[in-house]
Amino acid sequence: MGLKQENILLALDNVSLAFGGLQAVEQVSFGVAPGAVKAVIGPNGAGKTTLFNLMTGFLTPQAGRIVFAGEEIQGRPAHRIARRGIARTFQLVQLFDHMTVLENVMVGRHRLSHSGLLAGALQFPWTRREEKEIRAKAMEALEFVGLADRARQSAAALPLGLKRMLEIARALASAPTLLLLDEPASGLDAVETERLQDLILELRRQGLTTLLVEHDMGLTMEVADEIAVLNYGKLIADGPPRAIQKNPEVIAAYLGTDWQT
Amino acid sequence: MTPPRFLNRWLLFAVAVGVIAAFMDQDYYYTLLNFIGIHTLLVVGLNLLLGYAGQISLGHAAFFGLGAYTSGILTATCGVDPWLALVAGLAVSGLAAFLIGIPALKLRGYYLGMATLGFGIIIYIILNEADGLTGGPSGLSGIPSLSLAGLAFNTPRRLYLLIWIILGIILAMSANLVNSRTGRAIRALHDGEAAAESLGVDTFRLKLKIFVWSALYASLAGSLYAHTLNFVAPSSFGFMFSIKLVTMVVLGGMASIWGSLLGAGTLTVLPELLTVFHDFEMVIFGAILMVVMIFLPRGLVRGILDLCESRRYKRQGGRISF
Ligand SMILES: Nc1ncnc2c1ncn2[C@@H]1O[C@H](COP(=O)(O)OP(=O)(O)OP(=O)(O)O)[C@@H](O)[C@H]1O
Ligand SMILES: [Mg+2]
Repeated sequence: MGLKQENILLALDNVSLAFGGLQAVEQVSFGVAPGAVKAVIGPNGAGKTTLFNLMTGFLTPQAGRIVFAGEEIQGRPAHRIARRGIARTFQLVQLFDHMTVLENVMVGRHRLSHSGLLAGALQFPWTRREEKEIRAKAMEALEFVGLADRARQSAAALPLGLKRMLEIARALASAPTLLLLDEPASGLDAVETERLQDLILELRRQGLTTLLVEHDMGLTMEVADEIAVLNYGKLIADGPPRAIQKNPEVIAAYLGTDWQT
Repeated sequence: MTPPRFLNRWLLFAVAVGVIAAFMDQDYYYTLLNFIGIHTLLVVGLNLLLGYAGQISLGHAAFFGLGAYTSGILTATCGVDPWLALVAGLAVSGLAAFLIGIPALKLRGYYLGMATLGFGIIIYIILNEADGLTGGPSGLSGIPSLSLAGLAFNTPRRLYLLIWIILGIILAMSANLVNSRTGRAIRALHDGEAAAESLGVDTFRLKLKIFVWSALYASLAGSLYAHTLNFVAPSSFGFMFSIKLVTMVVLGGMASIWGSLLGAGTLTVLPELLTVFHDFEMVIFGAILMVVMIFLPRGLVRGILDLCESRRYKRQGGRISF
């Protein structure tokens, strides 16, 4: 794959991972250009989530390189990669259930703030200043996804659609350079999916690079500049949506599934 | 924003401590209050670890013991200034927690419990066996009282003021902590380690920090304990005491700063009131632990509030809705 290095924010270079005998990701290479929305699609078990876990440090590839903003990040601890500016959501929403909606998003500011344990206990003036800023930025993120009026509610009590929005707000609060969304539309109704679509498009307008795993083809076709297709851990196609739609190998992989909405 | 309600609580705390000091004149009650205060220090610290960070320690009595014995040995045997000895105790306990924490906090759940339990037992054995240093099973006596600007804290009433002022400060610091950036990260790693990591929280490092921090509370409590009794013996720092501390946390309510005061208070006063405790202490503590875990998993106060709430809903024939 000829990657134009200078114009690539994230590049995967022959990345492989097997779970025992199961080759979950096999020699996958692709790039994400800055400012683009790229979708990764593929049947269940194709290795999409595994790919996300490799990019965010939750799994270490057995071979290959992952380059983010010019630095190799494969195998680094998850929190290190997060601090470099990759934020993600999870296929199964993972909120902090014993915290409020606002507090959840405030944790998103972690990488951009500094107050330690002692500062927290003693509340120095600068600690309070920082806390104010954390709160303000978190509120901004909540307003952006339309959850500001629920700031004080318990995160656990939100309906699933809003939980997904909250998870996105939390990721956005960390002001990421690259946002990874793992099936953000799953479990959403038509109206919510529509709102999610607007949100992703608005983020693209603002210049955020997004990598998205999604089964909802309507949404994917609307928002994606490029689509990468995985099947049994292998990359079988990578290109603009219209080319992907016509790709015979992709059609074969999806045979029997009604994905052209 | 919380300030008004918050301020009132601290005001209430200060007024209550002051009123008691002004009007009560029976040493027995002061002694009891002093033990409640020391236990609360321990329980708040353990609650930060267990209730907030979700990491179990079944060996917390060891840090209590390290604080007490460092203070005791340095002052009674070496003649060091008690305040300096207290700081040395913090250093010893903090270092021990750091060294134990590095391997132990890589473990989860039961395994972390077993590792900390083992550590507690080792410290207990050392306190018993190193009689040259610790005085062995018969204990270490001749520990001087703390004093400040010529005022010696050598009566139950004076000790009461000292302990409860320190406790007030520690409670305030702890309440601040749990609502700070680091406190939120600590609660976050309890709820979802992966999600916390994905936001840049170094969960292992943070667990280690809160483990050490929690050991410092226990050490401080231990030093105060040594200077309150002017005597320490290993039997106060055994496995059973670690379990009592966990019971106090659970009874008061996990992840509750004020609940810690309640849990420690209740389980310090009850054994004084009920003589059955003396013979069946561990059975009763075990039973309390079980009953609370099963019926009031959120602790006494919140548990009872929850029960009332659900009763009301049932009476109204309504469903609980969010
Ligand atoms: N931790 C793991 N241990 C063993 N096998 C795993 C593990 N995680 C994933 N797998 C396997 O790897 C393959 C890829 O899984 P992955 O979750 O990446 O698929 P996916 O494309 O995200 O699928 P879906 O659309 O269902 O979310 C599957 O066969 C899965 O069973
Ligand atoms: Mg998946």
